[in-house]
Amino acid sequence: MKVPNESRTRGEEEALGEAPGAAGEARALPGEPRRSSLWRDAGHRLAKNKLALGGAALLVILVVASVFGPFFLGQSYFAQDLQLGATPPSAGHWLGTDTLGRDLLARLLYGGRISLAVGLCATAVALTIGVLYGTLSGFLGGKVDALMMRIVDVIFALPFTVFVILLMVLFGQRFVLLFAAIGAVQWLTMARIVRGQVLSLRRMEFIEAAEALGLSKARIIFRHMIPNALGPIIVYATLTVPSVMLLEAFLSFLGLGVQPPMSSWGVLIKEGAETMEEFPWLLIYPGLALALTLFSLNFLGDGLRDALDPRAAKD
Amino acid sequence: MARGGREKNGTAGVSSPLLRVEHLRTSFHTRAGVVRAVDDVSFSIGQGETLGVVGESGSGKSVACYSLLRLIPEPPGRIESGLALFGGLDLLHCSEKELRAIRGDRISMIFQDPMTSLNPYLRIGDQVIEPLLIHRKISPRDAFEAGVAALREVGIQDAAKRMCSYPHEFSGGMRQRVMIALSLITKPELLLADEPTTALDVTVQAQILELIAKMQEERGTAVIFVTHDIGVVSAFCDRVLVMYAGRILESGLTAELFYEPKHPYNQALQRSIPALHRRGAELRTIPGSPPDLMQPIRGCPFAPRCEFAQGKCVTSEIALKEVAPGHATACLRVQLGEIDLTPASVAAE
Amino acid sequence: MLRFIAIRLLQAIPVLLAVATLTFFMLKLAPGGPFSAEKSTTPEIQKQLEAHYGLNKPLFAQYVTYLGNVVRGDLGPSFKYPNRTVNELIGQAFPVSAELGFWALLVALSLGLSAGIVASLRPNTLTDYIPSGLAMIGICLPIFVLGPLLLLVFALKLQWARVSGWDDWVDRILPALTLGAFYAAYIARLTRGGMLEVLSQDFIRTARAKGASPARVVLKHSLRGGLIPVVSYLGPTVAGLLTGSFVVETIFQIPGLGRYFVTAAFNRDYTMVVGTVLFYAGFIVVFNLLVDLVLVRMNPKLRFE
Repeated sequence: MKVPNESRTRGEEEALGEAPGAAGEARALPGEPRRSSLWRDAGHRLAKNKLALGGAALLVILVVASVFGPFFLGQSYFAQDLQLGATPPSAGHWLGTDTLGRDLLARLLYGGRISLAVGLCATAVALTIGVLYGTLSGFLGGKVDALMMRIVDVIFALPFTVFVILLMVLFGQRFVLLFAAIGAVQWLTMARIVRGQVLSLRRMEFIEAAEALGLSKARIIFRHMIPNALGPIIVYATLTVPSVMLLEAFLSFLGLGVQPPMSSWGVLIKEGAETMEEFPWLLIYPGLALALTLFSLNFLGDGLRDALDPRAAKD
Repeated sequence: MARGGREKNGTAGVSSPLLRVEHLRTSFHTRAGVVRAVDDVSFSIGQGETLGVVGESGSGKSVACYSLLRLIPEPPGRIESGLALFGGLDLLHCSEKELRAIRGDRISMIFQDPMTSLNPYLRIGDQVIEPLLIHRKISPRDAFEAGVAALREVGIQDAAKRMCSYPHEFSGGMRQRVMIALSLITKPELLLADEPTTALDVTVQAQILELIAKMQEERGTAVIFVTHDIGVVSAFCDRVLVMYAGRILESGLTAELFYEPKHPYNQALQRSIPALHRRGAELRTIPGSPPDLMQPIRGCPFAPRCEFAQGKCVTSEIALKEVAPGHATACLRVQLGEIDLTPASVAAE
Repeated sequence: MLRFIAIRLLQAIPVLLAVATLTFFMLKLAPGGPFSAEKSTTPEIQKQLEAHYGLNKPLFAQYVTYLGNVVRGDLGPSFKYPNRTVNELIGQAFPVSAELGFWALLVALSLGLSAGIVASLRPNTLTDYIPSGLAMIGICLPIFVLGPLLLLVFALKLQWARVSGWDDWVDRILPALTLGAFYAAYIARLTRGGMLEVLSQDFIRTARAKGASPARVVLKHSLRGGLIPVVSYLGPTVAGLLTGSFVVETIFQIPGLGRYFVTAAFNRDYTMVVGTVLFYAGFIVVFNLLVDLVLVRMNPKLRFE
């Protein structure tokens, strides 16, 4: 049953071949989807998604608060006041204090820095490895591709959390190790996604055109393939950050992640859980902070996914 | 092509029609605007009659059929107004329960794409006997037997074994046969066929058409046959409706429609059939393209492309009127007797 | 079908081999482990370890011994507790985890499936937003936040349940809810997605044209296809559920495999830790195979690959 295309006029539908490249931009090849209009359309769709925008706004607030907040706050996060002990929220300490008299808000903001930093860095690491691996695998194709994906499958099948715990226990709790462990599995799905994108792009004519024009493989990969595959990469990266943060919090909760005197939200939640009967706020505020961050990241990721590919079925 | 309409006992305009549709209007409310897919369509069909509905893509012919059984997806689509009287009931306004009792039992439908119209997760047998299980008190055993018989009737070999197969094991033609079997298993009074042969190979098309014709004769089922292929219509239908931009432009007996066209669109369509051209003559097409259904249409929708169009064609109210017994047209100028259209075979010389 | 199973088992071998090898090398490299020079255990345990691992043999022989043990299912003596083998400990803890996992799965499936199906019936209306919103909360609220919160409210403040323990049936409720909530949320999203995908297909229209009631359309025509993503997801999930959730068992003090694992990790009970990893991996493999069998049953197109 035919229902007319509702989102664009005929003119906009045509993806033109020759777009005179702006200075420095790779000239689009004949048949290559016009990137600027893709992004513009996605931007429009995203702007209409209230939930995603709300998530983005919340995220910005949290990030800004964590990074800049401590400067404005007067309190330090490690100054203990043993006589004070744990107190509920008050004028002097907006979120109260913990058992050692430290200001909870300050600790929360500093913890936020760590949690967000770990989230972003580990995601960046996973992203880099995943994109390179996936692009290579998809581009080279054939037996090499099959082998590379088989390796991914095997690693994927390993009980990951268990191994991470094993790793952290056996080899001490160094911060770097934490990154390595978390990044070690997140790159797998990214590699798969990128490879899928590369495979479908490869079949498109503009890549043949590039090869016929004699462009070097590296140039093709970096200037033409990766930019066109960016959509799902961005979506997945946005959705990876919360799961990395969750993992870090989980490890810290078990005592295997970030170690004192550094604190992350996971550590705060752990401490809060230990004393929650008497001082429930020590559990509630860090828990809320983590949950809200995960919330906004997930909504943003969903929104990006809908904006960049409205045809994709949810989840 | 021109075998003329099939001989039937002159059921055109029978006193008590099986289905009477009056002023059906269906539109789709999209973000870009409201698409008036069906814009004031009225017709009737008698018992055992075959009514062809012809038009190009976007003419509203399929939507009209879906509207009859209220199978339009309701969020964007909406049946704005109209009546569809069938057996004392208005299909467009009766309750869900009453409608469900009619669907699959008294009125059945077959769809265009046999590949996607069958449930890939269920066995063929289950799908064929389903209408019986829904509408009749019948034991699973008897239903199974009926299913086997139905498959045999539509020409599927090894019917009993095939009942346990899955749709992906069948070819397109066979799947369409299965669709026919399941839609006729309850011996409905009316069959709605939405372009049942369009997605099939040419060789298979003829077989399917003959099958439908045969089943129809045996059961006395009326058929509304939607297609964009006027060749099929000429071979198969008693009466024809020509639709364009959501409206009926001409209706009448098949033979009359071909030999005495009374609307410029009909005439232009026939003229553009390649087979009718003299060898080496330039192929004729209809210039322009169908109107944008989101804009309100003033006057005759075909006027912009019509060689006979005049000012009044766009400014006056256009309606379908009978200009000869059983033959109606929506062309203002033909109604006024101003133009006389010659049939394609004559004009080709 | 037998061929299918055989192929799957063959495919699983490299995975198991990788797990075994990885754990072997981790064991070898771990400071203070059974292979390290420092003797950090009692003499009796040391003797058992020597016998079990062949500590004095060359590297390759050790590896082979190790693999041999694994294949035979002999996971060695506990590093910390004399007179107890890892097999015994796992045998004791696993049923507890399995039971917890079972209840959690029940919660997850009943809440998740119903929420997902309801949400898919009328997309983008209230009946969609409410279940989907709850599902989103379920995904974003970490288990280790939800667990303590539930304990706080129901055990400490309202005193409806005990804070820890695993004796009565009442003790099952909070842990099952905590563990099940996250998975319920994820299942709800997957179900909604799968159902929406199926409900937009042409054959649903055919079913309606036959006069099928809405219930019939959903139950008979949509579920089989719509639930496929859920079943795929369930494979590793159930395996994880049944082998114990570290966090939930730690919070609620449940003597399951997960908690044993964490405690063993902190106690540096290396053999126990490694044994659990191997058990876990093997379990997942078997479970994935079962899930694949179910998937083939649900999606007839797969049978002919």
